[in-house]
Amino acid sequence: MNSFLQSSSFPYIPLLLAIPFVGSFLVAVIPEAQKNIARWIGVAVSLVVLGLTIAMGAAFSTTAGGYQFVTNHSWASSLGISWFTGVDGISLFLVGLTALIVPIALLGANEHRKTKAYVAWMLLLETACIGSFVSLDLVLFFLFFELTLIPSYFLIVGWGGQRRAAAATKFFIYTFAGSAFLLVGILFVAYLHQQQTGVFTFNLIDLMNTHYSGTAGVLLLAAFTVAFAIKAPLFPFHTWSPDTYGESPAGVAMVLSAVLAKLGAYGMIRFDLALFPHAIKVAAPVLLTLATIGILYGALVACGQNDLKRLVAYSSLAQMGFIILGTFALSTQGLEGAVFLMLSHGIITAAFFLVIGMIAQRRGTSDIRQLRGLQGPAPVLAAVFTVVMMASIGLPGLAGFVGEYLVLIGTFLTHQWWAVVATLGVVVAAIYLLWAYQRSFQGKAEGENAKVRDLTYPERLVIAPLIILIVVLGVFPKPFLDRMTPSVERTLDYITLATCPPHHTCLPTSAGQHVGVINQGGGK
Amino acid sequence: MLLAATTSFSLPSIDYLAILPELVLLGGALIVLLATSMVRGGLKRNIATAITMLFSAAALVTALVQWGRISAQGAETTIAHAIVLDGFSTFIGVTVLCALILSVLVGHDYLKREGIESSEYHILAMIAASGAVMMGQANDLIVIFLALEILSIALYVLVAFNPLRGESGESALKYYILGGFSSAIFVYGIALVYGATGSTNLGQIANFFSENQLIHPGLFDAGLALVLVGFAFKIAAVPFHVWTPDVYQGAPSPITGFMASVAKVGGFAALIRVTIAAMNSQSASWKPILYALAIATLLLGAIVALVQRDVKRMLAYSSISHAGYILIGVEVGTLAGTSAALFYLFAYSVMTVGSFAIVTVLGGDGDSDHDLGRYRGLARRQPWLGGALAVLLLAQAGIPFTSGFFAKLGVVSAAINGGSWPLALVAMIAAAIGVAFYLRVVVLAYMGSDEADATDTPSSQVNPQTRHAQSTLLLEGQSVATIPAVSVPLLSGIAIVLSVATTIFFGVIPGPLLDFAHSAAQLFLA
Repeated sequence: MNSFLQSSSFPYIPLLLAIPFVGSFLVAVIPEAQKNIARWIGVAVSLVVLGLTIAMGAAFSTTAGGYQFVTNHSWASSLGISWFTGVDGISLFLVGLTALIVPIALLGANEHRKTKAYVAWMLLLETACIGSFVSLDLVLFFLFFELTLIPSYFLIVGWGGQRRAAAATKFFIYTFAGSAFLLVGILFVAYLHQQQTGVFTFNLIDLMNTHYSGTAGVLLLAAFTVAFAIKAPLFPFHTWSPDTYGESPAGVAMVLSAVLAKLGAYGMIRFDLALFPHAIKVAAPVLLTLATIGILYGALVACGQNDLKRLVAYSSLAQMGFIILGTFALSTQGLEGAVFLMLSHGIITAAFFLVIGMIAQRRGTSDIRQLRGLQGPAPVLAAVFTVVMMASIGLPGLAGFVGEYLVLIGTFLTHQWWAVVATLGVVVAAIYLLWAYQRSFQGKAEGENAKVRDLTYPERLVIAPLIILIVVLGVFPKPFLDRMTPSVERTLDYITLATCPPHHTCLPTSAGQHVGVINQGGGK
Repeated sequence: MLLAATTSFSLPSIDYLAILPELVLLGGALIVLLATSMVRGGLKRNIATAITMLFSAAALVTALVQWGRISAQGAETTIAHAIVLDGFSTFIGVTVLCALILSVLVGHDYLKREGIESSEYHILAMIAASGAVMMGQANDLIVIFLALEILSIALYVLVAFNPLRGESGESALKYYILGGFSSAIFVYGIALVYGATGSTNLGQIANFFSENQLIHPGLFDAGLALVLVGFAFKIAAVPFHVWTPDVYQGAPSPITGFMASVAKVGGFAALIRVTIAAMNSQSASWKPILYALAIATLLLGAIVALVQRDVKRMLAYSSISHAGYILIGVEVGTLAGTSAALFYLFAYSVMTVGSFAIVTVLGGDGDSDHDLGRYRGLARRQPWLGGALAVLLLAQAGIPFTSGFFAKLGVVSAAINGGSWPLALVAMIAAAIGVAFYLRVVVLAYMGSDEADATDTPSSQVNPQTRHAQSTLLLEGQSVATIPAVSVPLLSGIAIVLSVATTIFFGVIPGPLLDFAHSAAQLFLA
C-alpha cells in the first residue's frame, strides 16, 4: 500500500455508513407508540457515529495528503462501479460536521409528531451525507448524492411549514435536474478514460489521468459544476434555497444548510479541481464572478428579509459564495480558507437554525416584525444569538473569521479585484445581522414577546457544543488546519503540475514532497 | 399427385426444449379451460389460478433449463431456422414469465372483487405470454408476425373480458382497430423487405446484406420503415402512442399492468432482433428513425404525464416515456446498448406490474376510482401500501438503490459510449421531468394527512360544517375522512411485496441481473 492510499485495520468508514443505516431501520420497525424510545435510539446511534468520527479524526495522520482509511471492493463490476471509499483532510471534517449536527438536530429540534419516521429519515440522511463525503468512486458518489434527496424530501414534506409541498418539490426537481448533467458528465469522463487507457472505471484516482481537449474539458466542467452549484447553492442557481430552508422544520434546515449545502462545495473541490485542472484555469474567472455576485446579492437580499429563516438562507448564499471564491482562487490560503469556512459555516448556520427554531417554538413565528425586545425576558437566548451572529459576521476570535480571512487573502493573491469586491459582502453582513438583532432582540418587549421563556438547561446543554466549537475554531484553529493543509496542498499541486506547460519547471507550493505520491496513486 | 407432393415434403427437425416454455403455457391454457368447465363458483377461479401459477412456474423453470443448456452448448436454431434459442430469448422468456406470475396473482383478487367466475383471464394471459415469449425467439419475420398476433389478439380480448365494464369495450375496440391497422402495415413492411432481400429469415437477411450491396435501397428502406411503424405501435413510441392512454385507462387495472409490461417486452424483443441482429449492416437506415422516435417518446411521455389527473393515464404516459429509454439502448445498437435495454425491460416490467397492482387494490369495487385524489393521505392510512407505492414510483423515476437507477444508468451510459450523447442528455432531462410527476403522487400520498390531523386534534369548537367545507376545498371534492382504507388481498399483497423486493434487490445488488443481461445481449444469428 503506498502512502497515497492508506487503509486501516479498523473499519471506520464501513461502520460510519452501516451504523446510521441500520439505526434508521431499527427506528423504522419499532412500534409507533414508543416515541421516546425512537428518539433516544436515534440520539444514541448518532452519538456513536460522532464518537467514531472523533476516533477517526484522532487516528488521522497529519503528515500525508492522500486518502486514509481506504476500502475498495468491486460492486457492479460489469458497469465499472466499485465500493471505493476513503477520507482525506478535506472530507474528514465534513464527515465530522455531519456526525456533529445530526445528534444536535435530533436533541435540540425534535419533532413531537410522527417522531419515529422523523428520526428514521434523519438517520438515513446522515448515512447518505457521510456516504457522499467518503465516496472515491464517481458513480458511488452520485448514488449517495442522489440518495440525500429522498430523506430530505420526505422530511420537508412531512414536517415542514405551510408551503412545504411546493418547497420540497422545487428542491427535489432542481437538484435532480442538476444531477442529470452530473451523471452524463461522469459517464463521459469514464468513456474518455476508457478510450485513452482501455480501462473502464469510475475510480477517481484513475480518472485523474484522463486528458481532455479544451472544449470538452470546459463542457464537462460545466456539467459537473451545475449540479454542485445547485446544491451549494451558487448564484444564480440558488432560487430553491430560501423557500426550502424557510419551509423546513428547524432540525432539517440545520442539516440541509450545514451539511447538504457543503456537499455542493465539496463536490467542486473534490471532483472539479481533481478532474479538470486545465478547464478550471479557463473557467475560474467566471466562477469567481458568480461567487462574488452571490456574496453581494445574498447579503443585499438578506437585508430585505423579514423572516429570520429566510434571512439566514440568504446569508448562507453569501457564505457559500465565500467558500466557492476560496475554492477557485486556486491558492493555498484560499482553498484552505474554503475548507475551513465549510466547517465553520456549517456549525454557525446550524446554530442559527437551532436558535431560530427555539424562538419559533416559543413565539410560533420567526417573523422579525412580530419579534421585539427578546433580550429582556430571554437574556441567555439573546447571548447565544449574539455569539452566533458575531461569528457569522466574521469577528476575530470566533470561527467565521479564520475562514473568511484566509479566503480573502488567498483570493487577493491571485485575483485581487474579486477579493476587493467580495470584502464589501463582509460589511453588508454586519449590517443585516446587526439590524435583525436590533429589531428582534432590542427594544421593549410587550405582549407575547414579554412572556418568552429563556433557554432551559437541556437546551443550553444542546447548543453548548456548537458555541464551544465556534470559539475553539476561532481561537485555536491549528489542529484543524494541520489536518487540512496536506490535502489542500496536494490538490493544488496536482493542478500546478497538470497544467504545467512543457519544457517549464513548475514548483509546487509544498516543495515537491507529494509529487511522487500523486503519480503512485494514479498508477494504482 | 397429392401423395407425391406430400412425401417430398420433409418435416424440419424440432428441438422441443427450444419451444418448451410456449408449449407449457399453451398446455396450461388448455388445461385451465378443461378443468374450469367442470366446476362452478369461486372454486373455478381458485383452480384456474392454481393451475396457471403451476404452469407459469413450470415454464419459468424450463426457461432456466434452457439457459443452462445454452451456457453449456451454445445457442442454436430449430424448426428450419425459424426459432432461435439463445441467451436473449431466455432473458425475454424469464421477464415475460415473471410479469405473468405477478399479474395472475393480482388478477385473482381482482376477479374475486368483481365477482367474475370465468377463467378467460387466466387462459388469455397465458396465451398472450406465450406469444410474447415467442417474439423473443422468432428468427423469421413471418414467425414474428404470428407471435405478435398471438400476443395482440389475446390482449384485445383481455382488455374487454370484463362484461360489466362499459369503458373497456370502447378501449378494446380502439386497441383492436388501431392494432389491426398496425399489423397490416407490419405485414406490408415484411412483404417489401422480402422483395428487397429475397428472404424473411433474419439469418438469411443478414447474409444477404453481407454479400450484396443494395443499389436501389428504396424498396428495402420503405419495408424497414413500415416494419418499424408496426413495432413502434406495439411498444407505444411517439407518434404511434395515441391509443395507449385510452386503452390503459379503459382496461381493467391488472390487465393494464400485464399489457404494459408483456406487450412492450415482446415488441422490444422482436425489434432488437430485427434491427441489431438481422439488419446491423443497414444501421444507417434504421438508426435515424429510432433516434427520432426515442427523443419524441422520451419528452412527450414525460411532459404529458405531468398534467394527468387519472393515475392510470399518468402511468400510461410514464410507460411511453420508459419506451423512450429502452429505445436509446436499441438505437445505440452496441452490446452495452442491448444489455442495457434488456436490464431496463426486466426492471420496468416488475415495477410496472407492481405499480398497477397497487392501482388495482386502490381502485375499489368496479375498479373505477383512479383519480389522484384517491391517493391523498394514503401513507397515513396505510403506511406499508403507501411505502410500496413510493418505492415503485421513485424506482420508475430512477432513484439510487433501486433497479430503476441502474436501468437508466445503463442506457445513458451506453448512449454516451455509442456516441449518442445528445440522446443521453435528452434522457436525463426527461428523467428530471419524470421526477416531477412521480413525486406528485408520492407527495399526495404522504401529505393531506395533516388535514386529517386537524380532525384528530381537539377542535370540537370548530363548526363541523366549516370544517367540512374546508376539507372539501382542500381535497377537491373528496374528504380525507371519507376515503376508506382498503384491505390488501393476500395474493395482491404478495405480488406487491415481490415487485418491491425485486426492485430494491437489484438496486442494491445489480450484479447478477447485469451479468445475465450482458450475456443475453449476444444475439445468435443463423
